[in-house]
Amino acid sequence: MSTTTQPTTTVGKAATFVESRVGASVLVREFGRKIFPAHWSFMLGEVALYSFVIVVLSGTFLTFFFHPAMGELHYEGPWVPLRGVEISEAYNSTLAISFEVRGGLFIRQMHHWGALLFVAALSIHMLRVFFTGAFRRPRELNWVVGVLLVMMGMAAGFTGYSLPDDLLSGNGLRIIDGILKSLPLVGTYISFFLFGGEFPGIDIVSRLYTLHIMIVPALLIALIGVHLVFVVVHKHTQYPGAGNTEKNVVGEPVMPTFAAKGGGFFFLIFGLLSFISALFTINPIWNYGPYDPSPVSAGTQPDWYIGWADGFLRIVPGWLEFYIAGWPISLNINSAVIIMGGVFGAMFIYPFFESWLLKDKREHHILDRPRNNPTRTAIGVAGIVFYCNMWAAASGDIVAVFFQMSLNDMIYIFRALFFLGPILAYFITKRMCLGLQRKDREIALHGRETAQIIRLPHGEFLERHEALPPHKLWKLTAFESPIYTPAEPNAEGKITGLEKFRARLSRFFFEDRVAPVSKHELEASHHEHDSAEGGGHKEIGY
Amino acid sequence: MKLLADRRRHPMALVVLLLVGLLLTGGAYALFTQTSSAKADTASASDIESGKKLFAANCATCHGLSGEGSKTGPGLIGVGASAVDFQVGTGRMPLQANGPQARVKEPQFNDEQTAQLAAYVGSLGPGPAIPAEENLDASKGDPAAGGGLFRTNCAMCHNVVGAGGALTRGKYAPNLSGVSGKHLYEAMQTGPQNMPIFNDANLTPDDKRDVIAYVNEVTQTTSPGGFKLGSLGPVAEGLFIWFFGLGAVIAMTVWLSSRAK
Repeated sequence: MSTTTQPTTTVGKAATFVESRVGASVLVREFGRKIFPAHWSFMLGEVALYSFVIVVLSGTFLTFFFHPAMGELHYEGPWVPLRGVEISEAYNSTLAISFEVRGGLFIRQMHHWGALLFVAALSIHMLRVFFTGAFRRPRELNWVVGVLLVMMGMAAGFTGYSLPDDLLSGNGLRIIDGILKSLPLVGTYISFFLFGGEFPGIDIVSRLYTLHIMIVPALLIALIGVHLVFVVVHKHTQYPGAGNTEKNVVGEPVMPTFAAKGGGFFFLIFGLLSFISALFTINPIWNYGPYDPSPVSAGTQPDWYIGWADGFLRIVPGWLEFYIAGWPISLNINSAVIIMGGVFGAMFIYPFFESWLLKDKREHHILDRPRNNPTRTAIGVAGIVFYCNMWAAASGDIVAVFFQMSLNDMIYIFRALFFLGPILAYFITKRMCLGLQRKDREIALHGRETAQIIRLPHGEFLERHEALPPHKLWKLTAFESPIYTPAEPNAEGKITGLEKFRARLSRFFFEDRVAPVSKHELEASHHEHDSAEGGGHKEIGY
Repeated sequence: MKLLADRRRHPMALVVLLLVGLLLTGGAYALFTQTSSAKADTASASDIESGKKLFAANCATCHGLSGEGSKTGPGLIGVGASAVDFQVGTGRMPLQANGPQARVKEPQFNDEQTAQLAAYVGSLGPGPAIPAEENLDASKGDPAAGGGLFRTNCAMCHNVVGAGGALTRGKYAPNLSGVSGKHLYEAMQTGPQNMPIFNDANLTPDDKRDVIAYVNEVTQTTSPGGFKLGSLGPVAEGLFIWFFGLGAVIAMTVWLSSRAK
């Protein structure tokens, strides 16, 4: 670094001292000048980040008081309905955190509410990225990192849910034990390995503790780091709009406005979580009692992000367990593993699948409005319906009681929707998107309906239409519409089987399409209106 | 009026209107469903005669003129006064509608009439009597011991804190909060609807008192953590964070990303 002028002020000297040894100005320059476009949906990832920070801080507090051990003792604390009951050290210390450590219950509730918000924010952030096509080149790998973050978020949540050693957490672990044991050949070994012998054993809490406070958070932090570096390297995406191109980013730099807003946003989230934690009970472990393998409470559910897997287990038919030469094949249990693997696998490969299907290897920095890619939006909504149906199935018993339905009927409904729901959702969403696109086209070509009816001298009634201002017209017309690409021969002049398959899929997905308004059409419509009305900016359409 | 007319197209007008509507209907509902309390009961042998008349007028269509039962209702000989006190006292009987299970409603008879009916059915054959006061005194029970019994015997249907739960084909275990100690005892004793019977060999009267003490303790004490969200566990918590938590978060993002006008 060339120093033409020596600093004279104290701050300047200090800055030079740091800069000449660390070279931090590069980082400040890169991060500080990163441009963030202003849109509410771009702040959802931040919510996940901030709630993660809050969860780490509150979790650190909890580690000072939690004993990850399963030795038995008699409860002597202030909670009357448990006094004298034999409980484990882990459960005892969680009760102590709740009732005896000053502020302990508040922090515990903040840790748990924060965890729920963390995964919820991850999910809607991921949905935003999916529906706007922000995962396309060059961001495919960051999408993959994001999927890993969701998986790690679930792992962090589940290992934490299982720590207090109350009845609910033990019931959850029993299901994991069952799933492990249902795996062919290796199942029993894995279960014994994890639990240090037969379930529940005396090792599981301390093992989960290591996972929960060290390995999983370390992976989460590493992945978040990679995720954020990618965000800076790739620059931010932006919605289509006048002046937004594939080569620029229109928005505010991080320093100073955005940083101030982001910092403030952190405290808003902190405040919201404090408010919720102070007023609303979460996971009242004192109600559940100590874990004992025999009782299971009605309404036993996992936290929401594990709900879909639990729901799948609730609706899977029992006859999927069968025997081959005396060996049980427990598809009624381990199909949950197949479903979860399938869902995450589909999420991992989707960016690459779409690029292959469309033969689109270009970079995309301008986002799609969801309606402008009807196929992707339809696939996404089908996925949401698939997920939410399983998720709802996990609360089938509560739904049945509240709506006075038969629990059996609920299961049949969820089973039917498991297959029909996504298919219906796909076609309905696609039609809705195409309809919205037609509406956009109509507005772009003929203007906005003003609800002013005029009567012409010869008696004809017309509604006055108003042409859109250019920046709105831009939003409706400037987009790319995916198109069916027929099978093409490769370099050797052959059409491979895979290419034929791609073409067939492409036809299925992209044959129905509303083309964006072309410049020519726009000019033609303007010309038509101008000649009909004799000029002027108020135009008459039909 | 001008003030109102100016604001009726305000974006918040719909929200305000909805709020007002909800508050009005909610308030009206709360007013109309106020319960009236009944007098204390006194039991005597002459009640049997009055009970018989009440029975003939209100119950005999299904249970038979002398409680022998019919195609539409079970026989009541030997069910005991306790069963009647529970079924009639909680409003489950007379049955309002056919269904998988009799639902709780406003009791149709006052305490005196209920006692008369119970005395009559109790006279039909030997069966469990209405429990004595000393078995119901929750202050003498041990809630911790009751909790252990509750988790082992009751929680799989009624949930750990008696919030209720689903059974097969539309049957359900009801929420236990607000249920009197007497009715809890009678339910354990007589096994109403789809509930199994916990007789005195299974759960002794002292055990039953412990269970009552536990149910009172967990349903009547306020939660140390704040609002209970129905004590329904993670489902209610998940719904809350998605609707309230994320709703608030999205409102914040919209606010933060809006430009000054």
